[in-house]
Amino acid sequence: MLNRRMLLKTAGAFACSAAAHPFLTTVTLAGSDGGQPLGDHRLVVIILRGAMDGLDVVQPRGDGAYAGLRPTLAQPDAADLDGFFALHSGLGGLMPLWQAGQLGFVHATSTPYRDKRSHFSGQDQLEAGTGMDLPASQVRDGWLNRMLQAVPGVRAETAFAVGNEEMKLLHGPAAVREWAPDTRLDLSPQAQLLLEHVYHDDPLFLAAASDAFALGGDPDMMMDDSPAGALKGARLDDVDKLVRFAADRLREDTRIAAFSLSGWDTHKGQGKGLGRALMRLERAILQMQKGLGAEVWGKTTVLAMTEFGRTARENGTVGTDHGTGGVMLVAGGAIRGGKVYGDWPGLDEAALYDRRDLMPTSDVRQWAAHAMQGMFGLDRAVLEGAVFPGLQMGASPGLIL
Amino acid sequence: MTPATETIAAIRFGCGLPLSDKAPRDARAMIAALAGPDLMAQAWPLAGQEALAPLQFAAAEAKKVRGAGREKAINDARAQIVAVSEQGVRGTLARAVAADDGFRERLAAFWADHFTVIAPNLSEAAVPQALIEDAIRPHLAGHFPDMLIAVSLHPSMLTYLDQAVSVGPNSQRGQRKEAGLNENFARELLELHTLGVGGGYAQADVRELAELLTGLTWDPRRGFEYDKRRAEPGAETVLGTIYAGEKVATIRQALTDIALRPETAAHLARKLAVHFVADQPDPAMVEAMAGAYTASGGNLLQVYAAMLDHPAAWTGPLTKARQPLDLTIAALRALGVTADRIMEMPAGRLRKLVVGHLAAMGQPFRRPRGPDGWAEEEEAWITPSGLAARVTWAMTIPQQFVRELPDPVEFARLALGDRASEALLWAAARAEKRSEGVGIVLASAEFNRR
Repeated sequence: MLNRRMLLKTAGAFACSAAAHPFLTTVTLAGSDGGQPLGDHRLVVIILRGAMDGLDVVQPRGDGAYAGLRPTLAQPDAADLDGFFALHSGLGGLMPLWQAGQLGFVHATSTPYRDKRSHFSGQDQLEAGTGMDLPASQVRDGWLNRMLQAVPGVRAETAFAVGNEEMKLLHGPAAVREWAPDTRLDLSPQAQLLLEHVYHDDPLFLAAASDAFALGGDPDMMMDDSPAGALKGARLDDVDKLVRFAADRLREDTRIAAFSLSGWDTHKGQGKGLGRALMRLERAILQMQKGLGAEVWGKTTVLAMTEFGRTARENGTVGTDHGTGGVMLVAGGAIRGGKVYGDWPGLDEAALYDRRDLMPTSDVRQWAAHAMQGMFGLDRAVLEGAVFPGLQMGASPGLIL
Repeated sequence: MTPATETIAAIRFGCGLPLSDKAPRDARAMIAALAGPDLMAQAWPLAGQEALAPLQFAAAEAKKVRGAGREKAINDARAQIVAVSEQGVRGTLARAVAADDGFRERLAAFWADHFTVIAPNLSEAAVPQALIEDAIRPHLAGHFPDMLIAVSLHPSMLTYLDQAVSVGPNSQRGQRKEAGLNENFARELLELHTLGVGGGYAQADVRELAELLTGLTWDPRRGFEYDKRRAEPGAETVLGTIYAGEKVATIRQALTDIALRPETAAHLARKLAVHFVADQPDPAMVEAMAGAYTASGGNLLQVYAAMLDHPAAWTGPLTKARQPLDLTIAALRALGVTADRIMEMPAGRLRKLVVGHLAAMGQPFRRPRGPDGWAEEEEAWITPSGLAARVTWAMTIPQQFVRELPDPVEFARLALGDRASEALLWAAARAEKRSEGVGIVLASAEFNRR
């Protein structure tokens, strides 16, 4: 297995993996002329780690069974979206985006992951982008990296994994950059030279160091002297830093950014826990809009996806346990928002998955595939064959303007 | 590519070089040392649950104070717990720099990670260390079923994975509103602590085990108890075995049975081999370890012996990335920082020189992302930001600990033995100043791998 680090910044290396790619010749690209292999559109993927409770975020008030399943969690003050669904008050600050058609949701969706309900293997599958026929442990690259592998002329700075969290969806042979905005690195020129010498025979260290040398000394990156502190409660400054860094890159040559937001595993006291996590998600989206500016935001799609949903019923500790179907959030000026997408399966016990979870009626990967097709002009064959192997995309839902 | 046996003993299985005269240097001596007493825990005792309980009780009482004194009462109680947790950082570092038997310290970290507990807030900051002192160190050279039981009945784990608030739906308490079952601990117990993902259990097993575990609870006022009023009545079937009787003994039996299943043996053997030897360990070594586990009824000393008796344990190259805490410990050890110096460090200095940097390197002290603990793969640690933080620590912090830094070339030989490469010795000699030379050694790939 090629280590992606070996390929980073190695001229000509891409050609090897590109030539080996069976779908490459069929790729058609929007705006691949002006040195921007992916054109003008931007894709931001936020992985919501811990399993977001879609039924609480986008509450199906119009479903007769909802109130009975969620006696304490259902919010009377949730904002009405379309007469059937209502938005959790924790995302209330996004209502202007909804009204402007720049915020939408997909309900009752999930990855193909079923039954084990483990955060960790569920996240691995979400990022691998594969079906249940191929265990995520056997997949060495992530779906967003495979998308990059299918596009000629992609450079490392085309895609950024931002933050301290490992982003497996960008792992793979295509070169990408990673950076945590808290980091800085001051080295004398001699120390830098000597370290390059010392790292010369270890490709992993050499590649990480060359990125660190390139980014760590840039005064724009020095946003904070103090290393990220432990044991802090609800905070937004880290979200601001992540998003500001990502937005700064996306305004330049970067077209893809991915980062994580955690805190969704609300087994008990969900009101407080989910409120805190939603505040951070809301902040991330609003700061992204602000940081990108109107023009770039107009070409941007943000997809916020989670490993699975949570039980339809509240549990005994005013929380919810691991479930199946859930919600994906979609935002940006490139989308047709103001709509809750997806078929609604209903919440009667017989309609639930395993008689306990919201029944998925679509595959998260379909929506991501249509978003990438709509924005980057990728071929269906590439999306169904290489990026999400075995996926049936189905008819376009018209998600992208 | 294969360094000397004693270099591997120190770097792959221990806390780094140099080794003391009394340090075990090969498999037989390492196992013999492990079979002996836990000298480091005796030398630097840390607070377990018994010491922590009165402080937790005081913190709970402080929350009942009304009026003007409330905030001060809460803060005072919390400060005492934070002080205990800071002592935990000191003790962890001190034991590891002073240990002859570095393997024991590494195993303590391994099992602490296997049974990850994360403090949700400052008032519970000392909780992860208490689990290590009470349930992990006493059993790490004993039998795994005993460790599993000790961990599963410990207040730190009961609260972290929500077992303390889980109530059987048909129990006396379950009849009341706002009390019910919580599957969190049952699921992680099967997925992370014993069988592993794909270990042949179904959702029904999770549910039944969750019901079986009801009754186990803890709160800061009453302490640990088995509360029959919370226990789901009736027998539960977990992995095909029927467990009847609402009492702790039934739970112990179920935990022992789960611990001794072949899936658990395979999961633990592989996890140990991945942690200590390689991300893709020799399958024959893993098989030998799992076999030793099963044959001995989960005797961990036999499992470690099977690992150390396998040639793959002593073969290079050393491809694992040292995790940030291991790196810091190995650096302090090589710099000759003594345990007493560490124990005397004020909290602010400890934060500035160690704890804050661990977070920047991607490993905030005892705060992984979730109950699955820290990543093993080298790619998870040697990222641009992670490496930048390692280089920054290496270049700027050693001189804060040691007034006169050693000659960089001698330091490379001391810290890496026969593992110091020609390229590193060449570079260490050419640094502009001593601190940079030492920094290059500590930031080198050789020093950051094990």
